[in-house]
Amino acid sequence: MKLIYERSQPGRRASAIPRHDDLPKAEVPDDLRRAEPPRLPEVTELELVRHFTELSTRNFGIDNGFYPLGSCTMKYNPRINERLVGLPGFANLHPLQEEDGAQGALELEWRLQEILREVTGLHAVSLQPAAGSQGELTGLMLVRAYFVDRGEAEQRRKVVIPDTAHGTNPASVTMAGYEVVGVKTDPRGNVDVDDLRTKVDETTAALMLTNPSTLGLFDENIEEIAEIFHGAGALMYYDGANLNAVCGISRPGDMGFDIVHINLHKTFSQPHGGGGPGGGPIAVRDMLEPFLPVPTVVVRDPEANTYGLDFDRPKSIGKVRGYTGPFGVFVRSYAFMRMYGPRLREMSEAAVLNANYVLARLKDAYELPFDRLCMHEFVLSARNLKREYGVNALDVAKRLMDYGYHPPTIYFPLIVPEALMVEPTETEAKETLDAFCDAMLAIAREASEDPELLKTAPHERPVRRLDEVRAAKQPVVKYAFDEHPDLDGSRPPVAAEAPKGV
Amino acid sequence: MTHPYLPLTEADRDEMLAAVGVDSVDALFADIPAGVRLDRELALEPALTEQELAAHLGRLAARNADTTKELSFLGAGIYDHYVPAVVDAVLQRGEFLTAYTPYQPEMSQGVLQAIFEYQTAICELTGMDVSNASGYDGTTVAADACFIAKHATGRSRIVVTEATNPQIRHVVKTYAPGFGLEVVEVPHRGGTTDPDELRRASVDAAAVFFQQPNVFGCLEPAPDLVAAANDAEALAVAHVDPLSLGVLEAPGRYGAAIAVGEGQAAGNFPSYGGPHYGFLAARQNYIRRMPGRIVGETVDAAGKRGYVLTLQTREQHIRREKATSNITTNQTLLALGGLVYLTWLGPQGLREVGETCLSLAAYAQQRLRERAKLELVFPERTTFKEFAVRVGRNAREVVAAARALGVHPGYAIGRDYEGMDDVLLVAVTEKRTPEEIDRLADVLAEVAA
Repeated sequence: MKLIYERSQPGRRASAIPRHDDLPKAEVPDDLRRAEPPRLPEVTELELVRHFTELSTRNFGIDNGFYPLGSCTMKYNPRINERLVGLPGFANLHPLQEEDGAQGALELEWRLQEILREVTGLHAVSLQPAAGSQGELTGLMLVRAYFVDRGEAEQRRKVVIPDTAHGTNPASVTMAGYEVVGVKTDPRGNVDVDDLRTKVDETTAALMLTNPSTLGLFDENIEEIAEIFHGAGALMYYDGANLNAVCGISRPGDMGFDIVHINLHKTFSQPHGGGGPGGGPIAVRDMLEPFLPVPTVVVRDPEANTYGLDFDRPKSIGKVRGYTGPFGVFVRSYAFMRMYGPRLREMSEAAVLNANYVLARLKDAYELPFDRLCMHEFVLSARNLKREYGVNALDVAKRLMDYGYHPPTIYFPLIVPEALMVEPTETEAKETLDAFCDAMLAIAREASEDPELLKTAPHERPVRRLDEVRAAKQPVVKYAFDEHPDLDGSRPPVAAEAPKGV
Repeated sequence: MTHPYLPLTEADRDEMLAAVGVDSVDALFADIPAGVRLDRELALEPALTEQELAAHLGRLAARNADTTKELSFLGAGIYDHYVPAVVDAVLQRGEFLTAYTPYQPEMSQGVLQAIFEYQTAICELTGMDVSNASGYDGTTVAADACFIAKHATGRSRIVVTEATNPQIRHVVKTYAPGFGLEVVEVPHRGGTTDPDELRRASVDAAAVFFQQPNVFGCLEPAPDLVAAANDAEALAVAHVDPLSLGVLEAPGRYGAAIAVGEGQAAGNFPSYGGPHYGFLAARQNYIRRMPGRIVGETVDAAGKRGYVLTLQTREQHIRREKATSNITTNQTLLALGGLVYLTWLGPQGLREVGETCLSLAAYAQQRLRERAKLELVFPERTTFKEFAVRVGRNAREVVAAARALGVHPGYAIGRDYEGMDDVLLVAVTEKRTPEEIDRLADVLAEVAA
């Protein structure tokens, strides 16, 4: 389909802007005035709506169908939350409004913090980080501040990360100025405690761990791991990407973690928006509370139910984002949590049951690297299909599209070759799970009968398999107007003469 | 007990447990050691129905004095510009709203093409060669730019003008220790930065960072500031207001290496500070050091045009500790809102919004001088849509007194700058009318000293 720029006609527009021609004319010095206008699209409002509607038909969300993208928790996004976030009292509230004019927002933030404290089993919360990975970075800044305060910052330079970790963990460690120390996974899919013991000493600042892990397995030795780190004077960081497995069942604080980030867009249903926004609040144990970003939300007067922002925190690490954080995300996630209350436990139980059911139905057709009950997700391998029929995880994923499903996460975690990481979430009905399992089993059969069908998939999407190598070798990252490369030869040749006599 | 978001029936559960081979849901959690299990119910208020939830959140929203309740001249980084209905209409399409990062391009051509179009719009606005798919907000993209500069130059000093918004400076300083960066601030001289002073401070700097218009709303001598950075072979980073770029020159045209900014003004509601999008665009030579997602054009197996996430070897899921950034989830939906808004505006609309802001702000300055007898803090400077004015007494008291009369007159900037306790930062967008400005002048005439 056309780009919006290819639909553009000089002189068309969708907007009308209030003008005040009788007001004094404001002058901009010539050397600061724009010489040539930006080539933004020129379309009417109808053309605009049709263009983006057509684009939307070439996109697939949870609303379109099953989206078992592992580690992303693609659950239903309740529509009431969209209505609530658009209330004028929220949408049109300025972040620098005085405290007495922002009591509803501050009360909501305070209440959300209280819920997160209870769910994580920790003592204090900052809502500021904009996403999980920024929560990680913020957590590592707290680690640094904590050890600076204790006079151990020079000595503690290392952060331990298992080989199953999300890529964000090591990237955050580098951005925070720490060194990564890797630790292996044992044959049951837990952190290899023997390997771990050799990696933890007085130079260790922290462990970063996802529990359940990206294999979808709860680490059975978590208490021992916490003892090892705390015994060495190091801190425990919990990557909350997989919190959807354990709400109301087991809390990171009770597992021994000192810092947790929560992905509001995963467990607590902030819509993923095609790649964001997210929310990555962090919860910490009491000794880390003085270092939290400013401002913090505080109760001013419990009797009067009033709240405020505290900027006077001398030990704070500073600010990781503007204002108090992505407030609209807080509205949606707070609303979602209030729809459950203590029944969040049922949410996690259903997520875990759904995952185990799908696993039970698929584990004979695909390889299961760690044969245990899973938590909210599991990892299979297409290694058997590759070995026997030359079909890999990518081919399985692309073929699933023809059946109307978004593929699972593939090739992650890195320690499982040909990985297929499936996370059904709690909001899917058994019929949906059964239909997906039927498709996965059919694909495994197709792999043996007609491997080409998989290797050339998808066949039913608006485009066939895309050439990612070419995109990276000769990057075309914006429309170049008259000089734009004609990659598919689709542009009509310019007519030598105007049509006549039509 | 059923729940509207949970579909499994008793019969489903029994069948599924049997298929798994366990006799209870509890048995699924056998791997969790007893010592770390929660042996009680979560101490949370009971579940609400949707109707009860709507009432509860409605009460919370009603406790806020938003810009529909109070005539507001607040700005200082977040602005009350008009958001057209088409933005909501597009963003509420479930195909966009409920999708995730387009890891599987054949499922996600819609959002991929939209990001490609967004990247184009940002490059057109800023005069740059390459834009990423968005950063968290206007503060974090500033830190990202500093990280690029460190690696591009091998240097570790960041020079930031003091007339840069304090939220941005605070975030850059918070990130700096982890990046191994030292941050040096250059004071303003009468509301703008002196290029010679900046030149002296820029020796051995990785980046020279300034904001246009700056925090006081004043227009910096941007080409001269960029020249000062370029003389020192530091990367000139311009933090720009997207809605100014119909009337103000694009940073790429006056030689900046990187342009960043807060996208909120272009297509997002203020929403008490977020979520919004930060944009980051740069010259071609920095493309492989850019943080975040970038979409590129390619062809499919049949030779047909399509879009994919590209240059992914920069990113955390491939490079891990060697990545250019840890960013994953970004602000795609808000950036899509930005694209829809900029498409709605078109080049003509963008210029007109800028000109309307300029003339209304000029009118406001005139009225505050003449009617309210107030003095501009920097009368010699050209401003865009915001300006600083002395109110003759503590500005926070003036804000409180004016709000009691239904007008929020602006931001009391003395919180951030010494010697400015009596200064109010007044922002005027195209949503304000001359009559509303007259009302501001009347109120300030009453409450200012």
